[in-house]
Formats: sequence, structure tokens, C-alpha cells
Amino acid sequence: MAHSGISVLLEGTNFTRLLGGLFVTIKIAAVALITGLILGVILGVLRTFKNRLLRLILRLYLEFFRIVPTVVLLFLFYYILPRQLNFNLPADQLATLVFALWVAAEMSDIVRGALISVPKHQRESGLAIGLNRYQLYRYVLIPQAMTLEIPATINLATRVIKTTSLLMLISVMDVINVGQQIIEANNHTHPTGVFWVYGLIFLFYFLIDYPLSWWAKRLEKRRLERANG
Amino acid sequence: MKKRSFTKLLTVVSVFAALLLVLTGCGNSSKKSSSSSNPSSVQQIKKKGTIRIAVFGDLPPYGWVNQDGKRVGYDVTLAHQVAKDLGVKVKFVQVNANNRVDALNSNKVDLVLANFTVTPQRKQVIDFAKPYMKVSVGVVSPKSKPITNASQLKGKNLIVTKGTTAETYFTSKQPDVNLLKFDSKTQQFNALKNGRGVALADDNSYLYAWSKDNPKYTVGIKSIGPKSYIAPAVKKGNQSLLNWTNKEITKLTKQSFFVKDYNTQLKPYFGKEVKPSDIVLPTK
Repeated sequence: MAHSGISVLLEGTNFTRLLGGLFVTIKIAAVALITGLILGVILGVLRTFKNRLLRLILRLYLEFFRIVPTVVLLFLFYYILPRQLNFNLPADQLATLVFALWVAAEMSDIVRGALISVPKHQRESGLAIGLNRYQLYRYVLIPQAMTLEIPATINLATRVIKTTSLLMLISVMDVINVGQQIIEANNHTHPTGVFWVYGLIFLFYFLIDYPLSWWAKRLEKRRLERANG
Repeated sequence: MKKRSFTKLLTVVSVFAALLLVLTGCGNSSKKSSSSSNPSSVQQIKKKGTIRIAVFGDLPPYGWVNQDGKRVGYDVTLAHQVAKDLGVKVKFVQVNANNRVDALNSNKVDLVLANFTVTPQRKQVIDFAKPYMKVSVGVVSPKSKPITNASQLKGKNLIVTKGTTAETYFTSKQPDVNLLKFDSKTQQFNALKNGRGVALADDNSYLYAWSKDNPKYTVGIKSIGPKSYIAPAVKKGNQSLLNWTNKEITKLTKQSFFVKDYNTQLKPYFGKEVKPSDIVLPTK
């Protein structure tokens, strides 16, 4: 019985289709993470500035993307906004956009937190030797904030990769969606196929996410060692 | 201190309200402009050279993907025929039961051929063409504990998929039944196998097929509630594509296309108890 289940993965083009779905998942997560992280760093720096209006707008942006669940965001951008604003994008580009905006929002908070936790005397010393604002951020604050924010950033990345499993709701052919097609197509002949297909998907996500969280842990440990000698 | 945080809150709320107003304001103005140019009219589809059709990807034998990665099934065969008669290419968009209406209304697809049952509620938000199939709600349960009467379901858990006719029927007509709602066909059958509910309700034609391959289960209630029809659906007000689809369905019914489609796609899946005339509409 177990053998008949695992053969589902090997029949026809099933395995390559799952890999294709995984590629869609990775592509969306990677593009969203890269654009989101860059945008998030810029927004995070802006959020440490004194201008109150700017801070209020960025705060609203952060809270909107942090409070509204990702499913609702996806539905809003995929079904509701097109109807209201005539703004139509293919599902996977749209998913990338939503995820990038979400990553940018979360990242801006991580960066802001890291920047303000750099000891105050660092900023003051920088100003004392005559650095302008750009130089202060470029050479003093951002390099020191970077080590503080890396573990949280990697944590965010693993969360984003896991959340791509929601994309099947807006018709993106990601690995979960392809998996479901395969399960249903073979349900009659291989009732245990569901275990193997989801098992493989679990393995895929694990192989992507585990090295990331291991890396985050190692960096954090190293940082503590450096800080406390 | 308290007063200050209150004013802060007030600013935040008012900014949100302003944003919302701007959004809806834009919406209204663009809606008017979009109604004049219908992107899903027959003319526009022919001009683009492709028709976007929403189908299921996990519902054998209506719309599913075979092991070579090809979309096949009763609805998919019809979709290919529609595209052929329009003289355009077909682009499939995979949908779930509960996003079929939204896919049409947000212009993601031109036509839905996804085992879509005609209901009065749905008619208010989309337009249905002539039906090409008939079904009603059935209830499947384990052979060891069969459910043969709706009264047996009182106070018990019944599994349904969100957005299906079965969900609507049990919500409005049998409020004593506890409904366990799932997002996809895959999930609902797994839930039944795991014993999350005493039975599962869905379109009977689909349950016949499923119980044939899962001999431990039986369709205890073959038909409950009113008989209903499966029809192609277009966006509300898309008269051009609606008229064309109506003519197409009439023509295909006359050519007994649907009987052929039944014999190639559905027959291998249904038991001997089901005949083409149980599913396909008569030629008139």
C-alpha cells in the first residue's frame, strides 16, 4: 500500500511539475524579499528622521500591512482593487507585489528598531567629527545596525516563504496548488498519495527554511560572543 | 497624557477615513469609464486572440490535470470546443469553488466553465448562459454508518466546501445541521476520511464518481433540495459573450456534443447506476 502511494510522485511528469511549482514559489518569495528588503531599509532609515508627518505616514503603512492578514491583502489586491481601480496584473506578479510591500513594511520596523538601538554616543561621536547625515548613516549607524537586524530579517524571510502557501487562493500555480492537482487526479487509484505529496512538499519547505533558520541562529550566537567576549 | 493619546488616535482614524474616501471616490469614477469598454466582449476576445476560461484543477472528471500535466475533463473539453468555435486560443485560469464569482467580476477571466451551479443568489451578481448539465445535492457517508435521511444529520457535523450549492442549501434549509466548511475538494474528502464529520454533502454527480472509487462510502441521500443546473457564466452585463455562449450551447446540444463528452470524460468515472440522461440535458 505504501509503495502504491509513493509511485504517484514518479508517474508521468508529476515530480517535475511539483518542482516547477516549487520554482514559482521560490521565485515569488525571492523577488519579493529582495525588493522588499531594499525598500524596507530605505523606509526604516526614513522612520528614524524627525519629520512627524513622514513618520506618521510610514507608521500607518507599517500598521496596515502588519495588522491586515495576508489572505485579506491578497484578496484585496487580486479581486477588489481591480474592480474598483481598473488595475489588473497577472496573479504571480501581483502576489510578488503584495509580498514585497508586506516585507518592506515589516523590514522598516526591524531597521528602525536596529538603528535606534545603536548606542547614542556613536551617533554623537559621528556628529562631533563632522559627518553629515548621509555619512553618519552610511559609515556609523547602518553597519552597526546590520548585525542587530540580520537574525530578525532571516526570520522574516522564512515566514514569507511559508506564507507563499496562501497563493493558491488567488490562482497562482505554486507548489501546494500543483500538489493538490496531483492528489485529486490520483485519488481514485492511489488513496495514500496524499501523504506522499504533502510529505514531499513538507520536505521542500523544510529544505529551504531550515538552513535559513540555522544561519540566523549561528549569526546571533556569533554576535553575542563578539559583544560579550 | 490621556488627552494627548486620544487626539493622536483621532488623527489616525481620520487619516484612515480620508484614505478610504479617496479610494472609493476613485472607484466610482473609473467604474463608469470601464463599463463602456467591455474587455470580455466577443469582439475584444477575437481581437486579443485568446479567451480566458476559469476551470477547476482538482475536480475529476470535470476539470483536473492528468499525469502529463495536461488539463482534461468534461468542462475542459467544452472549453476547448468553445475556443475552437470562436476561433481563438484558450488560456485556463484555475479557480476554487468560492472564487469563481470574484474571478469574473474582477476581469480575471472571460468565461467560467467550472461545474458552476445556477442559483438565484449567484444570478444577482453574474449572468448564466443556457445550462449544459443537471445535478442536485447528495450526501455521502461511510457504509458502516450510512446517513439515508436528512433528519439523521441533526446536531451532527456535516462536511461541505465553501461556496458550493450544498453549503447554501444546508445553511438556509437545514439550520440544525452543524457545517464544517473547507476551502477545496481535496480538503473536504480528507476530512471525511479522517472522521471529522458523519457525512459530506456536495453535487450528487460528483459523489457518485467519488464513492465508486471509495467503496467504503455510499451516497446515502441521492438527491436533496431542488434540482439544479450547471451553466457557463459570464460577468454581469456582458451581453455580447452571453448571447454567443447561449447560441453555442444550443448548437452543441443539437449536435449531441454533450453525450459524446459524457461518454469520453464522465462514463469511466461513474458507476453503472448513472446514465447520460441523468446528467446531460435532453436535445430539444
